[in-house]
Amino acid sequence: MKNLMLAAAALALTAGMGLAQTVRIATEGAYPPYNLVNDQGEVDGFEVELGNELCKRAQLECTWVKNDWDSIIPNLNSSNYDAIMAGMSITEERRQSVAFSQNYIPPTASAYAAPAADVDVTQGVVAAQTSTIQAQYVAESGAELLEFATPDEAVGAVRNGEAEAVFADKDFLVPVVEESGGAIVWVTGKDDIPLGEGIGMALRKSDTELREKFDAAISSMKEDGSLNEMIKKWFGDEAVLF
Amino acid sequence: MFASCADPKSLEGLAWLMCYLASGKHLLFYLSFGTVLLLLAITAPVALLFGFGGAMASRSRIAPIRWFGRIYTSMVRGVPDIIFFLFVPIALDQAFEWLRSRIYCDPTVPVRHGNEFIVCSAAKLPLSTSPEWVHQAYGIFLAVIAFAVVFGAFAANVLYGAMNAVPRAQLETAEAYGMSPGQVNRRILIPQMWTYALPGLANLWMILIKATPLLFVLGVEDIVYWARELGAAKTRVYAYPHPDWRLYYFLGILVFYLLMTWGSERIFDRIRARLSRGQATAAGEAMRKAAT
Repeated sequence: MKNLMLAAAALALTAGMGLAQTVRIATEGAYPPYNLVNDQGEVDGFEVELGNELCKRAQLECTWVKNDWDSIIPNLNSSNYDAIMAGMSITEERRQSVAFSQNYIPPTASAYAAPAADVDVTQGVVAAQTSTIQAQYVAESGAELLEFATPDEAVGAVRNGEAEAVFADKDFLVPVVEESGGAIVWVTGKDDIPLGEGIGMALRKSDTELREKFDAAISSMKEDGSLNEMIKKWFGDEAVLF
Repeated sequence: MFASCADPKSLEGLAWLMCYLASGKHLLFYLSFGTVLLLLAITAPVALLFGFGGAMASRSRIAPIRWFGRIYTSMVRGVPDIIFFLFVPIALDQAFEWLRSRIYCDPTVPVRHGNEFIVCSAAKLPLSTSPEWVHQAYGIFLAVIAFAVVFGAFAANVLYGAMNAVPRAQLETAEAYGMSPGQVNRRILIPQMWTYALPGLANLWMILIKATPLLFVLGVEDIVYWARELGAAKTRVYAYPHPDWRLYYFLGILVFYLLMTWGSERIFDRIRARLSRGQATAAGEAMRKAAT
């Protein structure tokens, strides 16, 4: 009886070791349709669906973690989680601190939106989310940059007149502009500015094994066209495809 | 949640609002009020314990213990709270993981690789296989420690002052009866100091209530997090699209905090009256005069 219990205990202990480690993926949860917290309070969006599919293909067990945008890279490097999928554009600057998988969204356009179509976006105050390629672009454009923690607050700044225009990913702004009933419109000639090298998954530089697994999974989704379908589902038919 | 809420797009007016307020996300918002109350319920006694220890240490006759007590109270009180709240959880987390990595992993592998902090998966705290609530609870645990350290220092100062405010004659009488220093502390000093400590402690409790939104800074999903998340403008991607409603959510939180502090005031008034009875203080004297 005693031996039996010991054997059962040993089995229970070793069984846990055989399982694959859980991969924790961080997202912001405030950047629809890339990632969002749905009305059930769960993370949802293009990246969550894509991430789950990638994990399935790479045979990994994954869970999702919500983390504020401005601390999302430091917390990756201090190992609070293992990967980031948060609409993060691949840039040279970010490559200094993290490694990127291949892109899972091709380089997409960013756009200026403002209450009037004829706003001069190289002057005056322009709102953008902090630590984004858009914020950097605004800072270099000559306009005064007003930074916000979430993209929604950047849009809010335009609504209440604090900023003259907002600069963000076009995919994020499309529903905002369409549903504003004319209160926010595209800035003429400034609604299609290509920035960055596309959006990819960020991982720790030392984590090459995990990066290769996800790279292979992204490749397989690009090859069989399922990635394009997923992009169409979340971003509409006009979205840029691979 | 309800069958009638299955298709929110078809709802209007009050029905829409009812369904909206009963969505899963809102339930999490309501639960987060519990998180705040739980934090208060745990932090207040722990901080009081820290404070009591700090005050006793500051009064100790053994010099190193006294220095420790004095340094703790003056150092923590001299650092802005937010710095402490940012520092303590990260420092504790890395200290715990470093210690575990020395036990569970190969101790020759350094934990720092450039700007990365990596320990082997067995040393992770919590383990990456743990369910999400364990990670949340661990975050709250670190927050409780940060709160307790900060508020313990303030409480230590209040209690230290209160202990010194007990009339010397009371202690002398006890000594004349032949009580040992420990007995004087337990039977005379500590029971009497509360009436002097209460105003300061009540003040600290109010500040503690008002400091709970700092949880948000620590990444715990508290009421501020959910208010900001729920209040943010929602486009058609969501089941319940609405414009920017942060104003109303923050107003709700404001009312919650006002109710909390108002209720606390009432309770403290009663405790104050109870403790002043028979005391040689102005409040005690006023009670005695009113009774005769």
